[in-house]
Amino acid sequence: MRTEIAGPGHSSRAQRTFTLTGRLLDALHIDGPLLLSVLAVCAVGLIVLYSAAGEDVRIFLGQAARVGLGLGVLTIVAQIPPRVMRIGAPFLYGLGLLLLIAVALVGDVAMGAQRWLDLGFIRFQPSEIMKIAVPLCCAWYLHQRPLPPDFTTLVIVALIVLVPTLLIAEQPDLGTALLVTAGGGLVILLAGLQLRYILGLGAVIAAAIPVVWKFLLHDYQRQRVLTFLNPQNDPLGAGYHTIQSQIAIGSGGIFGKGFMNGSQAQLEFLPERSTDFIFAVIGEEWGLVGCIVLMALYLLVIGRGLYIATQAQDSFTRLTAGSLTLLFSVYAFVNSGMVAGLLPVVGVPLPLVSYGGTSLVTLMAGFGILMAVHSRRKLVST
Amino acid sequence: MTRNSRLKDHHAEQRMFGRRVVAASFVIMVLLGALFARLFYLQVVKYDYFSELSQGNRIRIEPIPPPRGLLLDRAGEPLALNRPAYQLELTREQTPDVDDTLARLVALGLLPAEDVVRTRRAIMARRAFDAVPVRLQLAEEELARFAVHRPDFPGVEIRPRLTRLYPHAGVGVHALGYVAAISEQDQERIDVSKYAGTTLIGKLGIERNYEELLHGETGYQQLLVNAQGRRVDRVGVTAPDLQRKEPIAGNDLYLTIDHRLQQVAETALGTQRAAVVAIDPRNGDVLAFVSTPTFDPNGFARGLTVPEYRALADNLDKPLIDRALRGVYPPGSTIKPFVALAALQYGVMAAEDTHYCRGVWQFPNSSRKFRDWKKQGHGTVDMHKAIAQSCDTYFYGVSDKIGIDRLHDFLVRFGFNGKTGIDVLGERSGLVPSQAWKKKAFKKKELQVWFPGETVIAGIGQGYMLTTPLQLAHATATLAMRGKGFQPRLVRAVRDSRTGAVATLPPHPLPDVKVDDPRHWDTIINGMIGVVNPGGTAVRVQAGAPYKVAGKTGTAQVFSIGQNEKYNESQVSERLRDHALFIAFAPVDDPKIAIAVLVENGRHGGSTAGPIARAVFDAYLLPREAAQAAVPTTPPAAPPAGGMDE
Repeated sequence: MRTEIAGPGHSSRAQRTFTLTGRLLDALHIDGPLLLSVLAVCAVGLIVLYSAAGEDVRIFLGQAARVGLGLGVLTIVAQIPPRVMRIGAPFLYGLGLLLLIAVALVGDVAMGAQRWLDLGFIRFQPSEIMKIAVPLCCAWYLHQRPLPPDFTTLVIVALIVLVPTLLIAEQPDLGTALLVTAGGGLVILLAGLQLRYILGLGAVIAAAIPVVWKFLLHDYQRQRVLTFLNPQNDPLGAGYHTIQSQIAIGSGGIFGKGFMNGSQAQLEFLPERSTDFIFAVIGEEWGLVGCIVLMALYLLVIGRGLYIATQAQDSFTRLTAGSLTLLFSVYAFVNSGMVAGLLPVVGVPLPLVSYGGTSLVTLMAGFGILMAVHSRRKLVST
Repeated sequence: MTRNSRLKDHHAEQRMFGRRVVAASFVIMVLLGALFARLFYLQVVKYDYFSELSQGNRIRIEPIPPPRGLLLDRAGEPLALNRPAYQLELTREQTPDVDDTLARLVALGLLPAEDVVRTRRAIMARRAFDAVPVRLQLAEEELARFAVHRPDFPGVEIRPRLTRLYPHAGVGVHALGYVAAISEQDQERIDVSKYAGTTLIGKLGIERNYEELLHGETGYQQLLVNAQGRRVDRVGVTAPDLQRKEPIAGNDLYLTIDHRLQQVAETALGTQRAAVVAIDPRNGDVLAFVSTPTFDPNGFARGLTVPEYRALADNLDKPLIDRALRGVYPPGSTIKPFVALAALQYGVMAAEDTHYCRGVWQFPNSSRKFRDWKKQGHGTVDMHKAIAQSCDTYFYGVSDKIGIDRLHDFLVRFGFNGKTGIDVLGERSGLVPSQAWKKKAFKKKELQVWFPGETVIAGIGQGYMLTTPLQLAHATATLAMRGKGFQPRLVRAVRDSRTGAVATLPPHPLPDVKVDDPRHWDTIINGMIGVVNPGGTAVRVQAGAPYKVAGKTGTAQVFSIGQNEKYNESQVSERLRDHALFIAFAPVDDPKIAIAVLVENGRHGGSTAGPIARAVFDAYLLPREAAQAAVPTTPPAAPPAGGMDE
């Protein structure tokens, strides 16, 4: 009875609200499902961070503000028409390259690496720009060529990827270099790189590993890989991170120790618990269930991103959207794999969850691009 | 179709892109599957293993050392207290490189270089997770210096601990003893687990002897610790299982020592090398236990540097030696009242029997002369005069008549041969020779023979006869009580820290020294009264005193302490002088205090040692107001909760 009376009124009001919101989002070129799933991950991140940072309200609020800033960046980027992005891509890339060179020459040294550029009012890492600029530039270049790309095209794209990668690796920042390479590589893969090239590249990489190991990697990087292979070798030194994070995750069990009850995290056994190793806090305090929830939320983001990519109507937007989405999944997997002991320790934060503004803003900008792509597709195909 | 001339085929590209996205999705699912498998392995398969590891990570048991029991004088005046101090402690388990850490502490000026070896040994002797003191008391400036460098010293921490404070510095130090850092040797005599967290242990005197009562019981607390082993307090952590067991403080001890008396005696002795033991004859309570020079025991609780210790140990006056307990000296003439009593008991001499003293004594048909201290002799002496004037020739004859073995048997009853059994460690035995003793003591046959001349000099307390000031005081007390002796003691009551009840320890009576006729006691005591009255050898002791004193002077040839030492040439003559001795008790009719005074190289018992005894008597027997003018006393800081007998 009551439902019959209340039902229609309620549903119509709800519908109106829904429609209103929908219209607002449309006007702002924002994709509702993607925004929701991204916000869900951010919310999980903030909850976990509150615990990981030892209930430090300042850190919590600071990160919440960064999420807000990220949303602002997302909204702004979403207003840029993809056409403008395509034209601007090489310029953004060039700017990033110049900044990277500037960092190499005059950058700030922090924690043994020269990554930061101090502009007086703000300190930032130009390598972050490259996480977006490289896929954009690759997509811009491939957009004009017939796909799958031919060999010459591949060489040029490879150069676009490798120049900033080497500059970043030299800082040294292996994690970001890896992500930049992955960003470019994903564009090439999505562009339809033939199987023989993939296999050939695999062979080249296999051959290059010893060379990279010997000449390109820094001591601490080599140590990380060695320690990954056998963490017990150096339980209080390089293997400490891995061992403690595995203890944290393992002791969480299926349901976890409960919010703010993770002894590994709360008692500071777990290093970098609010940044790179925050996944271990989730594993410890929320257990396997918490990990699965987070993975499911990531899957929502990735799924929506890939859907947007498949709906895109030209090579540039398709490749950009696809590669940025897959880059996001690489991000997530590399970090959680590293914390769970599947991969060696590289400085890659857990996307949208780890404490820190730089990667968050970059990711949000990426989602902004996805939304710009999605909201501007024409209803009829060309 | 050549590659270069290809045109863009949008539909084909879109289809291929779709295929690639499907492939990528597949790869993502595979990777997610791998991640899930890994998490499942960690969180489900190996859950128990990691769960246990994380438990071990977070809780550490930290011992809480108990506050050490206090030492109070018989009136409650505190003699040893606890005071908070900052200690620098090192925990081996948490220190990556002990040697390097110690070296860097030296470089910071927080550890004297010469202490490194000793400190390292102490660290290695303790268990890896015990905190071992590197420095016992840090000054403010040192605290600050360490605080700045603390991150460079994992495993090294500043901890507030209770340290020992002796408020009166050296006063009574030889009775109290002192505490110092637990050494490698100490480890062997203690239950290490009961001393977890405790850094100081009694080394000497009462502090050592009553260590078990004073130490108390160690408590513990479970701590949440972070990866560096540092304590963390987190509100968010549910830690209901954190346990804490409070330590139980050590028991307070009420000493028999009268601090005021102790101070008077020490002041009277000044810089002399000397010992004074005053005993309450009615129960064996040691009222004053003095050995001078003294030293400041606070230095030991703080941790002496090697040069500081060397300065004490190498001091020519040997302040570290407890002369009252461990100094053995010939009793000299102070033995005479006891010899006289033996003569009466064995009937070899009656009180009124006279002897003509011409200054020397000889065996019949022997040319060897035994000289009296008074060249011209004392003339006709009976027993009273012989004691009062300390006539040597009288006692040469008496002891010859008694014979060494009978003399030995009689003197033993006063505790002269052996130890008194006082409640501190390290007492040296006295010696009263006998024929049997000499057979044992010497290996060579020809040296084992007892010579009659050795008996004769034993009668005046010379020769082989040795005694400590403590034994002398004890014998005097027994004499004052006419044979009723008590084992000397330094602790009279124990205050239980748990209940607050004060348990008074009963005196330890010793077997009575019995003589056939009680009037023998009067004879001897009267002789000793004569000593301090006109005609005696120590007139000044009685002069002007409202109480009646009985005493005996003595002079002992330099014999014992420092015999084997290399003396500074200029001091030889001074240090070869005779030791001055004096024994006495008062009031004669109701003895409340018996005393033995020894002043090394003090020459004359009557003039050097006697006035010291008088000062102590005055302080103890005169009304407080009169005595207080000289030595102010503090009212008892912690009055006993239970009843204490006076």
